[in-house]
Amino acid sequence: MTTNATAPAPVRGSDRDDGSRSAIRRPRATPARRTSVFLSTHPRMRLALLLSAPLFWLGLVYVVALAALLVTAFWTVDSFTGQIKTEWTIDNIVTVLTGSLYQTVTFRTIGVALLVTIIDVALALPIAFYMAKVASPRARRILVIAVLMPLWASYLVKAYAWRSVLSQDGILEWVLAPFGLHTPGYGLPATVITLSYLWLPYVILPIYAGLERVPDSLLEASADLGGKTWPTVRHVVLPLAMPAIIAGTIFSFSLSLGDYITVNIVGGASQMLGNLVYTNVGAANNLPLAAAIALIPIAIIFGYLALVRRTGALDNL
Amino acid sequence: MRLSRLSRTTLGAVAGLILVLVYVPLLVVLVNSFSTSTSLSWPPPGFTLEWWRRAFASEGAMDAVGTSVVVALISTAIALVLGTLISFALQRFDFFGRQTVNLLVILPIALPGIITGIALNNFFRTIMGIPLSIWTVVIAHATFCIVTVFNNVIARLRRTGTKLEEASADLGAGVWTTFRLVTFPQLRSALLAGGLLAFALSFDEIIVTTFTAGSGVTTLPIFILNNMFRPSQAPIVAVIAVVLVLVSIIPIYLAQRLSGDEQQRR
Repeated sequence: MTTNATAPAPVRGSDRDDGSRSAIRRPRATPARRTSVFLSTHPRMRLALLLSAPLFWLGLVYVVALAALLVTAFWTVDSFTGQIKTEWTIDNIVTVLTGSLYQTVTFRTIGVALLVTIIDVALALPIAFYMAKVASPRARRILVIAVLMPLWASYLVKAYAWRSVLSQDGILEWVLAPFGLHTPGYGLPATVITLSYLWLPYVILPIYAGLERVPDSLLEASADLGGKTWPTVRHVVLPLAMPAIIAGTIFSFSLSLGDYITVNIVGGASQMLGNLVYTNVGAANNLPLAAAIALIPIAIIFGYLALVRRTGALDNL
Repeated sequence: MRLSRLSRTTLGAVAGLILVLVYVPLLVVLVNSFSTSTSLSWPPPGFTLEWWRRAFASEGAMDAVGTSVVVALISTAIALVLGTLISFALQRFDFFGRQTVNLLVILPIALPGIITGIALNNFFRTIMGIPLSIWTVVIAHATFCIVTVFNNVIARLRRTGTKLEEASADLGAGVWTTFRLVTFPQLRSALLAGGLLAFALSFDEIIVTTFTAGSGVTTLPIFILNNMFRPSQAPIVAVIAVVLVLVSIIPIYLAQRLSGDEQQRR
């Protein structure tokens, strides 16, 4: 461990125990020190101590809750009393898989989530690239603040802001009317616009962090070898930033998939999966059916996570 | 890569345009907070300070801010402890089930809020038999805040390595002394960044909160949701939003300066 040139080789015990041979006094064997020694010689014990509290929390609160919800999907509600009957049945699953309402809403929700994700990545890439590779350090700091600040404005207020922007006597109509154009009003387009707006900072930040990690020397090397801007971006920057981009898409995709409040505020009468779950928990008081519907986004997210796991995106969240 | 002047300018213009798009709705909220129109029509028919006066006199709004701050502070504190522990475990050790634990940390944020919400609601009420209260909100928030702390701390741990800690141990420092004098100072800005994100996440959360808050618990987002469709209250909601954005400049600026200082020192 330590090499000691001046002192004679230790004759008894190890370096650690031999305090008499040097100016450093041998540490007193307090309980704290004994604990330290024990911990540094027992890495498994260290690991167990580190993991026990968080795993207890996540296991008890989250895994149990989630598992209970999944089990509930196989139960049913007594139509007279409204109580949950703990009899095993796959009726709910069959209803959700075969009902045309659920199919339509599922495809609509996936479509909205995909569209939102594509829009967000398209908007986030240029601004993140500018922040990471073009802007001066000072401008970069200001830009990071400018991107972070809207995160602190309440989600609800931003959705409501779009409600007023898109309304028939809102600012968009006011701006577009002279050109003979009109606001899309409330509906699915408004939902896509608002969700893209809401999740944009969550997509910009991981992509910015990923692009910042791309070494400038690689870009210079590419230029020295004759690579023009676009080939360099396509063959050097994008492959290196891919995990970060996918990390960003996890946010926008997953957050859009479960949203029901934005749809209520700007979506008009459109329904997404979240709305179906919400009505079944609340008004319809049918938790088993709600749990069965919830299985759809859970399956989609797990599929997506499994798909992107190999890219290393989960380390970039 | 040498960007031509033209492509630099174009890129800058595109970035600027996106930022403008990001800020226009917020500016509309700012203007609406002074508008005499309660239906938020544009252009505003006139201007007034009435909503600002009413917002600061509104007990409901102030109570809601207080509740949200308490919930966010406690859940951030829990998330800081649990997130740090779990990032040490995953970064410094290789063990069976490591990937699963990693997934478990990410899951509360990766799964849609409504699923976490109904799962926890069902867990608290029917499985544990605990009545919903402010504490059920704290437990729920802490669960999905762990990931923000985890991400920041594990990224820092990957960069710093274990050399300094080993040196400290070789020099005779115990576990606690090493943590206090060596590990913690290295982690401080990562903890601040993760803590700020956790605080922001908890402060703004509405979906999980709806399902886990007891009947008397009104966090700020719940207050806003309850009030924004009432014509006489909508401009007050706009005032609250403006104040929140302005106040948020302070922590963001501090976090930026802290990380900026560190980069210069390196």
